[in-house]
Amino acid sequence: MPLTTRLRAALLAGTVMLAAAAPRAGWADEQYFPLQSYRVGPYAAGGTGFFGGFIDYLNLINARDGGVNGVKLTWSEGETQYEVERGVEVYERLKSRPGIAAWNPLSVGIAYAMIDRITADRVPLVTINHGRTDSTDGRVFPYVFPLLLNPYSETSGIIQYLGTRAGGLDKLKGKTIAVLYHGSPYGKETIPIYAQLAERYGFTVAQIEVPHPGNEQQSQWLTIRRLRPDFVVLRGWGVMNPVALKTAQKTGFPADRIVGNVWSNSEEDVIPAGDAAKGYVAITTQASGTAYPVIQEVVGKVYGAGNGNLADRKRIGSVYHNLGVLNGILNVEAVRIAQGKFGARTLTGDEVRWGFEHLRLDEARVAALGAKGLFHSINVTCANHEGEGRVTFQQWDGAKWTVVSDWIAPDWASLRPIIEASATAYAKEHGLTPRDCAAEEAADAAGKQAAAAAR
Amino acid sequence: MSPDLAFLIEVVVGGLLSGVMYALVAIGFVLIYKTSGVLNFAQGAMVLFAALTFVSLTERGLPFPAALAATLAAMGVVGLAVERTVLRPLVNQPPITLFMATLGVAYVIEGAAQLAWGTQVHGLDLGIDDTPIDLGGVLVSRFDLFAAATAGLMVALLSAFFRYTRTGLAFRAVADDPLAALNTGLRLPRIWSAVWIAAGIVALVAGLLWGARLGVQFSLSLVVLKALPVLVLGGFDSIAGAIVAGLIVGAVEKVSEVYLGPVIGGGIEGWIAYVAALGFLLVRPSGLFGLRAVERV
Amino acid sequence: MDALPRAAPRPHLPAGALGLGALLVLAYGIVPLTGTSYLFEALLTPFLALALAGLGLNLLTGYAGLLSLGSAAFMAVGAYAAFNLSLRLPGLPLPASLLLAGFVAALAGLAAGLPALRLRGFYLAVSTLAVQFFVAWALNRIGWISDDSPSGVITAPRLVVAGLSFDDPRGRYLVSLTVVTLLTLVAWRLVSSPTGRNLVAIRDNETAARLVGVKVARTKLLAFAASSFVIGIAGALWAFAYLRTVEPAGFNLDRSFQILFIVIIGGLGTLRGAFLGAGFIVVLPLLLARLGAALLGDGFDSGTLEMVQRIVLGALIVALLIREPAGLAALLDRAGRRLGRRAA
Repeated sequence: MPLTTRLRAALLAGTVMLAAAAPRAGWADEQYFPLQSYRVGPYAAGGTGFFGGFIDYLNLINARDGGVNGVKLTWSEGETQYEVERGVEVYERLKSRPGIAAWNPLSVGIAYAMIDRITADRVPLVTINHGRTDSTDGRVFPYVFPLLLNPYSETSGIIQYLGTRAGGLDKLKGKTIAVLYHGSPYGKETIPIYAQLAERYGFTVAQIEVPHPGNEQQSQWLTIRRLRPDFVVLRGWGVMNPVALKTAQKTGFPADRIVGNVWSNSEEDVIPAGDAAKGYVAITTQASGTAYPVIQEVVGKVYGAGNGNLADRKRIGSVYHNLGVLNGILNVEAVRIAQGKFGARTLTGDEVRWGFEHLRLDEARVAALGAKGLFHSINVTCANHEGEGRVTFQQWDGAKWTVVSDWIAPDWASLRPIIEASATAYAKEHGLTPRDCAAEEAADAAGKQAAAAAR
Repeated sequence: MSPDLAFLIEVVVGGLLSGVMYALVAIGFVLIYKTSGVLNFAQGAMVLFAALTFVSLTERGLPFPAALAATLAAMGVVGLAVERTVLRPLVNQPPITLFMATLGVAYVIEGAAQLAWGTQVHGLDLGIDDTPIDLGGVLVSRFDLFAAATAGLMVALLSAFFRYTRTGLAFRAVADDPLAALNTGLRLPRIWSAVWIAAGIVALVAGLLWGARLGVQFSLSLVVLKALPVLVLGGFDSIAGAIVAGLIVGAVEKVSEVYLGPVIGGGIEGWIAYVAALGFLLVRPSGLFGLRAVERV
Repeated sequence: MDALPRAAPRPHLPAGALGLGALLVLAYGIVPLTGTSYLFEALLTPFLALALAGLGLNLLTGYAGLLSLGSAAFMAVGAYAAFNLSLRLPGLPLPASLLLAGFVAALAGLAAGLPALRLRGFYLAVSTLAVQFFVAWALNRIGWISDDSPSGVITAPRLVVAGLSFDDPRGRYLVSLTVVTLLTLVAWRLVSSPTGRNLVAIRDNETAARLVGVKVARTKLLAFAASSFVIGIAGALWAFAYLRTVEPAGFNLDRSFQILFIVIIGGLGTLRGAFLGAGFIVVLPLLLARLGAALLGDGFDSGTLEMVQRIVLGALIVALLIREPAGLAALLDRAGRRLGRRAA
């Protein structure tokens, strides 16, 4: 039976190959980052930039410092094309490798599908600048870290900034703001927050949906034209962003009164719009450009040695690349902080989680890391997994982004009750008991004291 | 003119001009469907491939006309290759098999385009300013007018080709009755090749115009979704139908989004065109131009 | 089985009944004992869900000859219906909520099938796109469908049947396997019943079917309903057993095409086809990716690999359609016959 034999042989070979995801046993002192990257498909430009920056930074730490306190950083990639089921497949494939530090999918959908899985497997999930808002509440989501900025803080940050543009938050009264959002769960997430802030500050908000993928926006912008808003907030995604800017120009709305959110803030969003994007402003958690010592080191020590990840060196210092580098800094520092408690060795996911939960980088530490001006600071605690990230605003001049605002602190205090209510509902639905953060912190402090006394 | 009326006119005009852009993509489908009965889903991939090739060539320093010529040649090669390697072996297969095969072709073209030119997002500047002109209180985009003119020119050229050249006449004979055409000694494969090349050229034009608006990136291949309701309404086999249906679909879409959207919820543009086309067909199953023969899967 | 009415003459078991039995023994007996979590979570569960969706679409496209590009929408309807049923009727057992979700999807299918009474071919196919986009819009627009969750992504309930938790990789696989087995059985009864023959009659020649007394309109709508029923349950499995989250993005047009691929590649008008096709579409890309990674090493640019893989997959599809337009099922049949001849 030649055919069946051949078929069987092929199947066997396949199973062997699928099982080849098995660990490379016996390598002590390595910390592994599984990467669910996306380098093809509609969002490939963001994926190559972000994962390129992340890998560049891991390379820098290995090349410059020989790893984190001698622990070598390793990684491998699985392509997801930004699709949830591929992300899940990559998770299942890579999750059995030893020494996993954290997962960094940079995809809302994949992140959601992983929450149950990583909680069961006890490994941290980092969703920098995106992800599930209520996972900010670390009491209910111990393993999930929406570092720096969740969607609600982003909304608050944008309104704070528009307040400064208007000459004070109180001056927003009577103004009209249009929010143009992508027709997806992601786009809709901030609708109630904008409504709430409109009520508080007395401005009128019109929230207008653009159906996916957003390659035609004539009617939305005509509606905006009739509305004559003072500002338009662009909560876009992929191709929707350049089309929005182009159509704004076409309908005579000035670009400098359009403010983009974190998924509308990259070079890929403005370059296709050409001149129409000149003057456009967008929020960011990290400045772009190569002027920062850490980026200079990436250029010198990684790209100089021919190990750079970006195919096109011109993209070094771009928004997504710098976000990737920043993500690298946060991951590496979490590992370093955890090593301080558990020792300089390969850590378990739970131990790295502790590190993330104590990820406190003040401005001095940020400067020491060579990232002064790249980002402001972060202060993650047991209860607050976002970490009070500051935001800034950048303006596109046709060739590059220039920072045009201070570091702005979103109004976290007023958002916190909404987040807690949502997290509590989640806990109830899933039969979880929220952690007692005060007690854990006290225990931590007591442990530290005991260690000091023993010394 | 009252501001409300001016606004309505603006919406309708904007819709009609958007409709031209939809028709541009739809014409590529029609050319191929007319001669070989294939709903060529690779048309979107061809649009992407054409625009990506053109923009990558110009970025590498090729002057505009040279890049255009090179891309035209590339599209010709792609069209020929598809015809030779995929359609000819599949001749006489049911339409659904051919349809699936073109989806396979779309994978190959998308993969090859991105492998060759990378996945980066490119800007494409055709040198036409996209600023609006004020016509009596109604804003009209210069770029849209240019696109409409281009589409008109293309349709005129295509009609001239079909009316005055041998291949064009043969094309019409095949479209009207393939068996009869075959009996008179026309060589079908040659006509198919010509049609696929023509579809490649249409894809290039659509790719350049859409690419100037969206940027040249993967999402460019999604513009086919805007062309499908146009095809349903205008018929898969009529170029005139594609143009008229494109205009109707564009106007209906914009008017309903602007006036109906606030009532039943925004973002209805994604499906309203399909529903409108469908509603029309249910009332008048023979379509806009009444040319359609009964067909089955 | 015996509880089912025996209105139809009982069809003969296919010649491969023994093989089928062996397959079931393998699937129920050996795989659960030896499989790894990767096998269950990343291969078998999605394979089963998509095979089931393919089975459903095959009832419509393969047997009744009606082309649909809206399968993902019916999957979504099934998934969201199952979610809402288990959310709003807390005591409802899982099998019941799956079944009811199937009926909700069937209703949606009936509505979507109405144009089929007047349209054919690609016109019908494109009209099913209206359903595809309308459902995506409605899911996104109407808050209560996703329980007013601010992000619109909802967590699927845990799999518990009769007090037993199936909420681990093996359990999820077994639940999917059981659902798929039962529905395959039902589908097999359907296609070998007079109704099934009516479907084929309409596909082969509608006018002739009408002449011999087939109620064409009713049968077409029935095909839509039955097909959507199966696809809806497949959607619920996809969301509950595989992804464990429910969000509209996963049920997009690409998914509809994927399911159509499964049916065409596997073989129209055969029940086996859906499984073969799903195997091809789900497992083959993963095998290609592993093969590429094994040949080129871990560090190779995953993007390039993915694009090569896409080209290879597209080329394989075209090659397969050229070599055997009737799909993998026909290819296997031919291989089987050749084997039989050689043995004889």
